Amino acid sequence: MSAKQNISLFNKKLALQAIKDSFTKLNPALLIKNPVIFIVAVGSLLTTIVVITGIFQGNYSSFNLNIAIWLWFTVLFANFSEAIAEGRGKAQAESLRKNRTQTIARKMEGRQEIAINATELKKGDIVVCEAGDVIPSDGEVIEGIASVDESAITGESAPVIRESGGDRSAVTGGTKVISDRVLIRITSEPGNTFIDRMISLVEGAKRQKTPNEIALSILISGLTIVFLLAVATLPAFFSYSLAASGLPGTQNLTLPVLIALLVCLIPTTIGGLLSAIGISGMDRLLQRNVIATSGRAIEAAGDVDVLLLDKTGTITLGNRMATNFVPAEGVTVEELADAAQFSSLSDETPEGRSIVILAKEQFNIRGREVYQLNATFIPFTAQSRMSGVDYTSEDGTVHVIRKGSSEAIRSFVQNNNGFYSQKIQEVVSELARQGATPLVVAEDKRVLGVIHLKDIVKGGIKQRFAELRKMGIRTVMITGDNSLTAAAIAAEAGVDDFMAEATPEDKLHRIREEQANGHLVGMIGDGTNDAPALAQADIGIAMNTGTQAAREAGNMVDLDSNPTKLIEVVEVGKQLLMTRGALTTFSIANDVAKYFAIIPAIAISLYSGKNGVGPLSVLNIMHLGSPQSAILSAVIFNAIIIVMLIPLALKGVRYKPISANAALTRNLLIFGLGGILAPFLGIKLIDLLINL
Amino acid sequence: MTTQDFIQIILYFTLLIGLTPILGNFMFKVFTGEKHFLLPVFGRLERWTYSFSGINPEEESNWKSYTIHLLLFNLTGFIFLFLIQIFQAQMPLNPANLPNVSWHSAFNTSVSFMTNTNWQGYAGETTLSYFVQMIGLTVQNFVSAATGIAVLLALVRGLSRKSTDQLGSFWTDLTRSTLYVLLPLSILFSVVLVGQGVVQNFKTYETVQTVQGATQVIPQGPAASQIAIKQIGTNGGGYFNANSAHPFENPTPLSNFLEMLMILLIPAALTYTYGKMVGSTRQGWTIFTAMLILLLIGLSISLYAEYSSNAIFGKLPLMEGKETRFGITNSILWSTTTTAASNGSVNAMHDSLSPLAGMVAMINLMLGEVIFGGVGAGLYGMVIFVILTVFIAGLMVGRTPEYLGKKIQKFEVQMAIIAVLAPNLVILLFAALASVTAPGLTGLNNAGPHGLSEILYAYSSAAGNNGSAFAGLNANTVFYNLTLGAGMLIGRFGIIVPVLAIAGSMAKKNITPTSAGTFHTDNWLFLGLLIAVILIVGGLTHFPALSLGPISEHLLMNKGITF
Repeated sequence: MSAKQNISLFNKKLALQAIKDSFTKLNPALLIKNPVIFIVAVGSLLTTIVVITGIFQGNYSSFNLNIAIWLWFTVLFANFSEAIAEGRGKAQAESLRKNRTQTIARKMEGRQEIAINATELKKGDIVVCEAGDVIPSDGEVIEGIASVDESAITGESAPVIRESGGDRSAVTGGTKVISDRVLIRITSEPGNTFIDRMISLVEGAKRQKTPNEIALSILISGLTIVFLLAVATLPAFFSYSLAASGLPGTQNLTLPVLIALLVCLIPTTIGGLLSAIGISGMDRLLQRNVIATSGRAIEAAGDVDVLLLDKTGTITLGNRMATNFVPAEGVTVEELADAAQFSSLSDETPEGRSIVILAKEQFNIRGREVYQLNATFIPFTAQSRMSGVDYTSEDGTVHVIRKGSSEAIRSFVQNNNGFYSQKIQEVVSELARQGATPLVVAEDKRVLGVIHLKDIVKGGIKQRFAELRKMGIRTVMITGDNSLTAAAIAAEAGVDDFMAEATPEDKLHRIREEQANGHLVGMIGDGTNDAPALAQADIGIAMNTGTQAAREAGNMVDLDSNPTKLIEVVEVGKQLLMTRGALTTFSIANDVAKYFAIIPAIAISLYSGKNGVGPLSVLNIMHLGSPQSAILSAVIFNAIIIVMLIPLALKGVRYKPISANAALTRNLLIFGLGGILAPFLGIKLIDLLINL
Repeated sequence: MTTQDFIQIILYFTLLIGLTPILGNFMFKVFTGEKHFLLPVFGRLERWTYSFSGINPEEESNWKSYTIHLLLFNLTGFIFLFLIQIFQAQMPLNPANLPNVSWHSAFNTSVSFMTNTNWQGYAGETTLSYFVQMIGLTVQNFVSAATGIAVLLALVRGLSRKSTDQLGSFWTDLTRSTLYVLLPLSILFSVVLVGQGVVQNFKTYETVQTVQGATQVIPQGPAASQIAIKQIGTNGGGYFNANSAHPFENPTPLSNFLEMLMILLIPAALTYTYGKMVGSTRQGWTIFTAMLILLLIGLSISLYAEYSSNAIFGKLPLMEGKETRFGITNSILWSTTTTAASNGSVNAMHDSLSPLAGMVAMINLMLGEVIFGGVGAGLYGMVIFVILTVFIAGLMVGRTPEYLGKKIQKFEVQMAIIAVLAPNLVILLFAALASVTAPGLTGLNNAGPHGLSEILYAYSSAAGNNGSAFAGLNANTVFYNLTLGAGMLIGRFGIIVPVLAIAGSMAKKNITPTSAGTFHTDNWLFLGLLIAVILIVGGLTHFPALSLGPISEHLLMNKGITF
């Protein structure tokens, strides 16, 4: 089972479990972690006590009972939102963990092999894995080479090679060796593997709140205190007003009404959904096959404003492609293309294939029947540094076509007593200067021309960078190429800046420099020599194919090992913060309407004279049926809005790559203005239903 | 309203807008140590001050030391003021032979003047000697305003510096703002006032025969110098009990106009100084505009309420409690600006304003005195709201919220919440206490919702360090003196300490350079948001109480019922 699967929003099994969890989460020790909802729970309890004592004293009030019921629902709905988010996250993480816990590890003790449970493995233990074994925990290959099926975590069925030394030594627990035998040194403590950490990030009970989440909780707790004050002092003002209106003090506000007012005012919507938003942010990251090692990382991703991107694999396709044929003097371009294609027919390298395709596209030269020509293909070797074909033409002469680096071809032609012209040398140096790879083609002693091999910028990447720029994110391309080459590709890809001939130290230095200037830097890397830079960056994403050192240094691991993932991670981070801001705004904006429902309802009798309708009834602009239905409608609206917003909390607000100002305007219209208007409609509707 | 009324209002705001950058730029030079034209005049005085008090003007301090210096300085001022009041009879310059002040009134007055509130539970001319007024009150009028400026300067440094914990020197800030800003302006303005007929002497009170044959005691004294600083330093404490409704404090239409202008002058100009110091005058103008819009909204509602017909008087103007010399427009312009600016001086009795105009005045206080507000205090209070706005709305652009490149995190939110909570705590808790207890209720002159308004107004005035009163309340009692005194302290230092803490924490942070992903705080969108947050936070907190007070009163008045 892959983490990639998309769990539908309200899967039946998950929903049932979440309903169950909503009740277990009523445990005060868990509730206290969410002060806003805790206060609602205390209010519900107090109201329930009022209802029960009322029954015993013979003045049962159905109004109070209704209030109590809906207050409990408010708490349960908030719990449910957290439970469903947790459930979805857990479902995805659990399947990963399942594989490993049942594994028996073959631990090496000296030269002896003993079988122990995978969960008992400690950091530094050495285990052996052979074909068919499941790798028991995260580790590093220290001896041997093996092909490993990582589909359990990546969903990718093609096996990958893992070998000791070099940049492909890291293995992940739960993946399966399909051939050969390797010794693995375990690199994580039990219960602290990537998967374990990911699971703990989505489990409410163990979850650490992230910095921004803490700041927001403080804000909403502060608002709660303000409203608590406003409501707690109301009976005093009310008692003054009752006396001034000549009404008995016994008509003062009852506890259930005060609690109802308080619960409506405190930001229960965002308070109830806050942890669901955080958990589902993790979840969305996991759906993109990225494992974060801390919640802090995903928030920081939203803040990143400089991205360091490796050229190869991220900006360009990994391989060079033939883009042009430059013929030598006295040779037609078709002749060159024909020879180039012929020599590459059995060349399975991406470069070779790109030559065949280019010749076909430009001159419609098709592959020919190879056997008719008695052709023998000569593969590339490190010694000759050339490849090509030997064939016999119709007249029986043997011809030799070779393509390769300019030095190799020069000596090849000169050995055949041919002439390597100055002109060709100029073309070669010019192309090299532009950052391309010139490939010289010769037939026998004649140089035919040069194939222009070039880095190809990925399709759509330029537009992606433009989007990033709109969001205020600067992209820096990192490459080992010389600065001319780098500049050419940078211009083509539309990155903002580049670093040529970059060493790992340069990268680290650059990150520090950007950070000193107040920027937050994101980067993606795989090699051991990337580790310092990954650790220094605010967001360091290690590729799963990379070394264990890199994976430990970064704060996220990309299971797909797709360098473009960095951009998606930034988007997930931004979406997370936006969702929090939007729902906070919505929650506070809601209060306006609730005042207009509740204040006229509770103050109707004040200064009323004979008809019993006081002056403040003009504030009842929604024309709600009765004071009691007004209060109840506000409480019901307050409860069900939580449920209605769960999908939004789980999916996040719709994200578009637009500038900060445009995003703000959009969200303000929807959640600010919408937040003011929606409850007027909602409360009125509920009131109509109640009074049917 | 007549054409002259409109012309005067337009003239008022044009002058205010025009003077803002001029004075703002001058203060920028003063506070950043640049050369300015007053250096040759007062520079030597500044150096003397430092060498006399043994201060090294270059020595800066971190936020904690800055706060301690500020608190110690204020405490010293408080103790001195308290002592000279309770031993007033033994002090010189007491030609009226006024007795010692009661301990609770002395406590209240000392707190009041130290906190730039100038709430006056006493009547000046019948309670305090020339000595106390001059050496005590007037001195505090200067240094309490200078304290406000100092806090603002520390905050600005926190916002504009990076990776440091140094916020400047409290002593230097205090000295410079007194010496180069408050003192020259006061000297200039008191001379103008004397020219208009405001008294400035040490004569004994005169007893005269009125036309009708009664005898009347006419108080005298060094009034002009105190009136100048009471207007300029958003203090508001009148020399005479009737404050600027008294002909000796405010004799002519010109003196009235200028006194009103002085209320807002420094608070407005500081927004420009702020903008320059944080490196973008647009930031300053944005805050200025937000303040101006809030002020104009309040002014319009008040004028509408005063000029529209009501069930009792019909179209007749509500002149009770107002000076016929000034008329409605000038009374309302004053009542709106003095409550917006935490000044608290009055030229009409706020108790007699129509319910809605009274409510606007009260809301100005309740919003935390951020509509221009007190000297320095209004702007740092506004920055607290800016931080809250940036935090709530900034998330919606998908980044950790930042203001002026500084990230707003847990600590800043915590401190901002404390600063918002402190004054609201005072208003709600103390007003609730007063409205249900005997000592609170005995002070009331009016029944019905208006009585509740009087209580609410008093504590809002204390919490906002405004000092004006709904005069119906007899507040010179132990209960009111103590609770209002505590309210003023909480309302002042409950904001100053968190603001300085924010300054300290901000100074340590790095500055994120602006980009397209930055949440902009210098455009109309932000301006609207800021106004909305101020109104919603303030409105949601106080709507229940207001609805039982002035809103009920207004609705009842329209039914022909008054109290």
